[in-house]
Amino acid sequence: MAASVKDQVVKIIAEQAVLEVSDISMEASLEDLGIDSLGLVESIFAIEEAFDISVPFNANEPEASAFDVSSVASVIAAVEGLVAEQKS
Amino acid sequence: MNRVVITGQGTINALASSAADTFEAFREGRCGIGPLDIRDVERLAIQIGGQVRGYDPQQEFNRQEISLYDRFTQFTLHAAREAISQSGLVFQGELAAQSGVILGTSGGGLNTQDENYRAVYEEGKNRVHPFVVPKLMNNAAASHVSMNYNLKGPSFTVATACASSNHAMGQAFNFIRSGMAKVMITGGSESMLCFGGVKAWEGLRVMSKDACRPFCANRNGMVQGEGAAVFVMEDYEFAKARGAEILAEVVGFAMTSDASDIVMPSRQGAARAISGAMKDAKINPAEVGYINAHGTGTTANDKTECAAVSDAFGAHADNLMMSSTKSMHGHVIGGTGAIELLACIMALKDGVIAPTIGYEEPDPECALDVVPNEARDAQVDVVLSNAFAFGGLNAVLALRRA
Repeated sequence: MAASVKDQVVKIIAEQAVLEVSDISMEASLEDLGIDSLGLVESIFAIEEAFDISVPFNANEPEASAFDVSSVASVIAAVEGLVAEQKS
Repeated sequence: MNRVVITGQGTINALASSAADTFEAFREGRCGIGPLDIRDVERLAIQIGGQVRGYDPQQEFNRQEISLYDRFTQFTLHAAREAISQSGLVFQGELAAQSGVILGTSGGGLNTQDENYRAVYEEGKNRVHPFVVPKLMNNAAASHVSMNYNLKGPSFTVATACASSNHAMGQAFNFIRSGMAKVMITGGSESMLCFGGVKAWEGLRVMSKDACRPFCANRNGMVQGEGAAVFVMEDYEFAKARGAEILAEVVGFAMTSDASDIVMPSRQGAARAISGAMKDAKINPAEVGYINAHGTGTTANDKTECAAVSDAFGAHADNLMMSSTKSMHGHVIGGTGAIELLACIMALKDGVIAPTIGYEEPDPECALDVVPNEARDAQVDVVLSNAFAFGGLNAVLALRRA
């Protein structure tokens, strides 16, 4: 299950960044991948739709939400957390 | 070029249903933002807004009128009645032909759209009321003002998102200045606080769940409001000849386009509009004592706006006052510049600067005098009103004390 969340998130991010899935490194920030503020909210929307979850993220205070967007790995971890929390 | 003055003002917004009561709320630093009372609010992530409360359309309009007037048109007519009555003008004959209406709105009859989409999609109805189109169209409010007051000159509606009202008032100003019109009814209106209207904004993830705290270090986004403000602008010589009370003089206007991003503001685009308005008004930047900020309470707007003001004013940026009344009435989108012009007139006429309320801690990136929390007595001679819209369209007005 964990691997599948990871694969799906990476696919969403790759699509947003117009890159191949193989080009997405776990350490990269979304900014490194060329995803701007609109791209970020679009990625979050795609994640919410894919996992049927609600992501608490306010672009004005990204650090204030539990949804850590500082790297691809942190996004995946956050989505895993939300899926576990909201699907249990 | 003709000089242009304001001789009437009217409003309805989350704070009050008249200009005088809105000024009192500004002076007291009252907050009109609270829990939203709208259908399906429980399905919204954002449940607060600057909603007009205690408003009963049946007190102001008859049944036939209500069937034709969306809430944004009702707000407009309420404000127009107050403004035109204050001006004392009656439009007949040649004056009627030389007078028009230019109003701003972004969503137009959004409540009408929301209700009727519900009817056909959610409730599966196959029939809607015959007036849906004339009720929802963006120019409905301008047309009804024109019909109600016999205004037969240039009339239209401007939709430039959050700058709609400033663009509209700038056009009205230039129509009179150039001699194309003698009197213009202008301002703007918005009524977007319905399920679809708020849900759409939620998607951008720029809305605050608790309060609008412009320029404050812990600000966390914008809060939507609703309402309208309408002004009577007229040729100065005409106003003087008829002995009208002059509330303020409109002296300059400029608009620019960032040509860069559909949502992110641009420091250069904003600074060019601010400088452009001062140049158009032939005023020295040092004369400007107050700016009514766009001040949405988002991270991006507030820091960009402060940087733009610093660019446009240099060292004088530290001497002037700049507040955002959105902290009190919310962001009234296409009507916001009109409601905020009231704060400009109050500054010039009454010598009271409306505060930025909800201010908790300074942000080094917004290090201007934002008139935190309490209104201030100060005599100012020249003021600016900023509006910077999504789409990168900026519009700034300059006013002088009468």
